[in-house]
Amino acid sequence: MTQTKHKIIHTAPPKSLRDRIAGVIPYILLTGYSVVALFPMFLIVINSFKDRKELFRTPYQPPIWFTFEDGFQILNTFSAEGYERVFNQSPVLGYFANSIFITGVSLFFVLLLGTTVAYALNEYNFRGNRVLYVFMVVGVMIPLRLGTVSLIKLVTSLGIYDTHIALILVYIAKGLPVGLFILSEFMRQVPGELKDAARVDGANEYWILFALVIPLIRPALATVLVFQLIPIWNDLWFPLTLAPSEGVRTVTLGVSSFAGQYKQDWSALLAALTLAMLPVTGLYIVFSRQFIRGLTRGALK
Amino acid sequence: MRSNNIRPPWHVLVAFIVPALIIYTVFMVYPLFDSMRLALYQQQADGSQVWVGLENFIRLFNDERTTDFDIRFINALLHTFIFFAIFMLVQNPMGLFLAGLLSIKGLRGAAVYRSILFVPTTMSIVIVGWIWTLMLNPLWGIVSDIVAGVGLESIIPKAGWLGDPNTALPVVTLVGVWQYIGMPMILFLASLIGIDDDLIEAAKVDGATGWDIFWRIKFPLVLPTAGVVAVLTFTANFVAFDNVFVMQGTQAGPSFATDILGTYFYRVTFGGASLLPNTSMGATIATMIFFIILIGVLFYLFILRPRLIRD
Repeated sequence: MTQTKHKIIHTAPPKSLRDRIAGVIPYILLTGYSVVALFPMFLIVINSFKDRKELFRTPYQPPIWFTFEDGFQILNTFSAEGYERVFNQSPVLGYFANSIFITGVSLFFVLLLGTTVAYALNEYNFRGNRVLYVFMVVGVMIPLRLGTVSLIKLVTSLGIYDTHIALILVYIAKGLPVGLFILSEFMRQVPGELKDAARVDGANEYWILFALVIPLIRPALATVLVFQLIPIWNDLWFPLTLAPSEGVRTVTLGVSSFAGQYKQDWSALLAALTLAMLPVTGLYIVFSRQFIRGLTRGALK
Repeated sequence: MRSNNIRPPWHVLVAFIVPALIIYTVFMVYPLFDSMRLALYQQQADGSQVWVGLENFIRLFNDERTTDFDIRFINALLHTFIFFAIFMLVQNPMGLFLAGLLSIKGLRGAAVYRSILFVPTTMSIVIVGWIWTLMLNPLWGIVSDIVAGVGLESIIPKAGWLGDPNTALPVVTLVGVWQYIGMPMILFLASLIGIDDDLIEAAKVDGATGWDIFWRIKFPLVLPTAGVVAVLTFTANFVAFDNVFVMQGTQAGPSFATDILGTYFYRVTFGGASLLPNTSMGATIATMIFFIILIGVLFYLFILRPRLIRD
């Protein structure tokens, strides 16, 4: 930080007017596009706190409680009736619980199984090692939804159609190739001497992986998490085709069917969208730096 | 690096590899191949499968029955190419442009801008689709207000943006572009940041302008990333479904103007308004999509990539 400041002070020549104007252009463009990126969300959130009449009358204005237009006046445009109707008409909290459960369990197993298999394939020398790696990584390129027809038959014959387990198994299968790929890149950077020293001391392979290697590859685990969390939470296709009934519905599918059903009830619709937006976008806003860093790290691989 | 000489006890190998291998094989590899097999059969009303060879595939191009599989398939295929073309021409160049701005040396607040521009990409297409459906609705008139505000009232369609067959597909696609632009942006940004500063400094000393530096130094260096972005866009577009499903429903209206391969695959497999579910034809469409993606990926690997990576 201090070093770059230092550099700027010493090397930057006095700027001409033309350079200054040119220097402002990127800020104008980026601010402009930031508005384009955020305005729709802003509009939905402010209007979700109004009743139908107000959201059509003053769509661009946040809810207000008073106005100075004609001197001070009480003018209440705030209303939470949309939220009341969402909670009364649909089991929103149940949808959230389903999504948290499915996403959490799937991610746990993607990380666990991805780590063990990445370790085994990179650490040990055995016949078929390379073939197995290519076999399992090739899935990165293939969209699993093309196998849906057969997948439905499969989960039905296993007796798990319309259950959380069906979705979890599918997300693990889908996440493993990405996990294996990213984790392998990092596994190769763990120094062999460390593991060999532990082996000389009599440590077994389970201890080496779980107590020695995993703490060293935490950034890689975070990267895999970042790559999988949002696609799993936001997925619409598999909940729709494999687990559509109300009791197992995820937030994403729940909002989709709620919106389809209450198309005319704008306040409730906007409230439902705001609620659904909250967890992942909120999490993203809090952790955005770590998140983007994880993505960039993965992108460079 | 790899120790490579370790020969672990067999139970370690089994414990580390077998669970992942079983789940991956059963829930990913098997369904994909089994779907292709099912495309060669026709499922009967009693659930039994009758071998029909390539007949299902022929029906996608020349359907002699009243089911019109050929008309709908070609229609969806054409729309998917338009969908892909808009993504390639709008999303990816804009993603590169934004990444170029974000990678400017000494840009203040770069991390904040980067985070903001990525926000739409973190949202579910269900939320994004509905937000824009409401904003495009002529009743609320948000988008029409904005378009009128810049003096383009004449282009506002009378049937509404999503109701006019000429605007529906481009508008649905642009909503997708608005959402996913974060992905190419981050990928391009990662490769722009990786460019050696000395190269840029040397060019500046030689009197190169910002424009020269971008086109002559940075652009050739991000070309391999452009190839990756193109192949990812292609794969995503040919299985895309959610955008159209959320904004236009399974019928992909108005009168199939927004029908793409993903929605057609869904409608045939699960049935639509006047269509009975036909899992055999669904599997056939999925297999066709698989081969189209395969051709795209092979084209990238063997023809495009060697040309983009020169040294």
